Amino acid sequence: MRHQRRHVFALTSVVTTAALLLTACGGSGDAGDGGEGDGAGGQGEQIELSIGTFGEFGYEELYAEYEAAHPNIKIVPHQTGQGGPYHQALFTKLGAGSGLDDVMAVEEGHLSDVLAKSSRFNDLSEIGPESVSPDRWLDWKYEAGRDKDGKLVGYGTDIGPLAMCYRKDLFEAAGLPSDPEGVKPLFETWDSYFEAGDRFVQASDGVAWYDSGAQIFNAMHNQLETGFFDREDNLVVETNTKIKENWDKVTAAGERGQSAGLVAFSNEWNSGFKSSAFATKTCPAWMLGVIEEQAGTEHAGKWAVTDAFPGGGGNWGGSYLTVPTQSEHPEEAAEFAAWLTEPEQQIKAFKAKGVFPSQVEALESPDLLSATNEYFDGINDGALFAEQARKVSHAQYKGPGDGKIQENASSPALQAVEQGKSPEEGWRQFVDAAKQIAR
Amino acid sequence: MSTDLDAGRAERTTSESPAPTGEAGAPSRWRRRLSRWDVRFSPYLYVAPFFVIFGIAGLFPLLYTVWVSLFDWDLIDDNPSFIGLENYVELMGDAQFWKTLVNTVSIFVLSSGPQIVMAVLLAALLNTRLRLPTGWRVGVLMPYVASLVAIGIIFANLFGPNFGLVNGLLEVVGLDRVDWQADRFSSHVAIAIMVNWRWTGYNALIVLAAMQAIPQEVNEAAVVDGAGALRRFFHVTLPMLRPTLIFVVITSTIGGLQIFTEPKLFDAMPGSNNGGATNQFQTITLYMYQSAFEREDLGYASAIAWVLFLVIIVVALINFLLTRRIATTGEAKR
Repeated sequence: MRHQRRHVFALTSVVTTAALLLTACGGSGDAGDGGEGDGAGGQGEQIELSIGTFGEFGYEELYAEYEAAHPNIKIVPHQTGQGGPYHQALFTKLGAGSGLDDVMAVEEGHLSDVLAKSSRFNDLSEIGPESVSPDRWLDWKYEAGRDKDGKLVGYGTDIGPLAMCYRKDLFEAAGLPSDPEGVKPLFETWDSYFEAGDRFVQASDGVAWYDSGAQIFNAMHNQLETGFFDREDNLVVETNTKIKENWDKVTAAGERGQSAGLVAFSNEWNSGFKSSAFATKTCPAWMLGVIEEQAGTEHAGKWAVTDAFPGGGGNWGGSYLTVPTQSEHPEEAAEFAAWLTEPEQQIKAFKAKGVFPSQVEALESPDLLSATNEYFDGINDGALFAEQARKVSHAQYKGPGDGKIQENASSPALQAVEQGKSPEEGWRQFVDAAKQIAR
Repeated sequence: MSTDLDAGRAERTTSESPAPTGEAGAPSRWRRRLSRWDVRFSPYLYVAPFFVIFGIAGLFPLLYTVWVSLFDWDLIDDNPSFIGLENYVELMGDAQFWKTLVNTVSIFVLSSGPQIVMAVLLAALLNTRLRLPTGWRVGVLMPYVASLVAIGIIFANLFGPNFGLVNGLLEVVGLDRVDWQADRFSSHVAIAIMVNWRWTGYNALIVLAAMQAIPQEVNEAAVVDGAGALRRFFHVTLPMLRPTLIFVVITSTIGGLQIFTEPKLFDAMPGSNNGGATNQFQTITLYMYQSAFEREDLGYASAIAWVLFLVIIVVALINFLLTRRIATTGEAKR
């Protein structure tokens, strides 16, 4: 499993939009559930179903399986390498009114834009097989796939539950506890996290506590009850005082030398792993592969991961399968998507490509629970992240443009503060940019 | 030249015209008229494909952009609403637009200026007696052959503020590190170096071709008159390069004001269109792209496109006049 994961992530470390690509993981599976008898395809009539994915979904073998179980259906896969261009094409074709595949994968970061255009997607709770029930998925994963009127736009595929990764050797050198149990108190709340950061920075020579303020801010932000928008899609960046509180905490920690100021997925960030520029990293399941790739063999055994995350839990990444209204065979497409996102298929995808499943049953699968990671001291990472996935309390409502605000307003503004702007100036820049995007 | 062609065609048609039937009258008059039309209209027909394709792929989008710029046009929008010149009004009050305009001009000046001076000097060097002249000439063209994206990625790496090679070298020499990303002017310099590295050799070859077209006699006459090498360069070679220099200046103006890939790849955040955390190196084209495909505001992006078009025309005109003045010193003496 580890090997295949590496393979997936090797790609991503090179390219832009790596975050999107990394989480590109799709469910797939065998024809095991043919017994449900939901023959929406109608025997006899030959139809083609196309499916659009990006990055590495590892579906190839499962298409054949589905075709074998449904002789009248031919699957036509369209795979794009990078998530960025894939989603741009998705929105362009959505605007053009044609050209989309029957089943379209959508990454979490672009989901808010898709939900804002939910009229162009089928309600899967209506056209999908009746056997699909909400409790197939973790609550928050299922909820995030619905628009604000409750329409189910996407079936969840995979997730990126957050844990904390840290450098054991650097922790030891700084006099902090370093075993996975001992560090848990440090990662209990954000306050304890920043406090430990102060201790660490004082005790170590020039090593930062975390990679960049934006990475911390995003994780803190996603734990809030209300995000950038309220349910009526009003921008509440200025009125939601929790956002400003997070901002102040992160920028203050940065001013105390806790941030390495490295923009995530940049070349410099990659180099930061090699040159030990920071000691902790917010760690979704797929990040382990990135760390191994970037830190390299010379740091094997120095990184560790623990099943704790400041402020509870969190999620970063994961995808959904949607059926656009453009599709000529919406019911067959929905049935196909429902099949791909069954726990059985997701486990197969996990075994094939290390995609972390979002299905409750899949999280209890022995295949998942017994998975280990050699680079991280042989830790039982499958079980660890399954535990972290259950700690996510709710799905924060994401308004239209939510992902863009994170990418083009809060992250650049935090970067500007790390490059010398004052936190107040940075906050103004953030608010102005957010307003412009929400306009 | 066109008369030559016409004569040839007329000859050919007349030689064919004696029909085997031998019956003169209506058919032959008809033929004569046809051949006259042929002579008169065929040239237009032959050049027509270019203009038809240009009309479809060039002119139509150009004019359609004007149309789009008058609307509040979302990328996914069934009913864009007509708002007249509001996009332009908003653009004039958009601080980010002015910032990107200044960035663009700054990067353009930092690139085009040194680039043309270096290209002329390089051409002068290549024009001297060298061993393996073709090798050298191909050599200066190499950067142009390399993929722009590869260049962008490599230079962004070289200019990395923390682990970049350039800062490493600066430190070895005993200078201060420069934050090539965060500092506005430094980032412009870094991007201009990227542009110059790619384009200097290309322009040098164009100038070199023009230099070699200068008749040897003119130079020899100057030598006889007792002019030194420098004087010959400034008073003979440069003035005679005028048409080529104008061409090089105008093409580099157009290219320089449309710089896109370099700043896009220079951004530390992968795939970002922001041009730095505070848009410190976002160019107009990058802002236009961001408006159209990230903010999905096609109307606004179209307005930017048109303002950029006007800016390019104005700057190209200024450059044209300047270049003409600079290069007329030799002309005036005639």
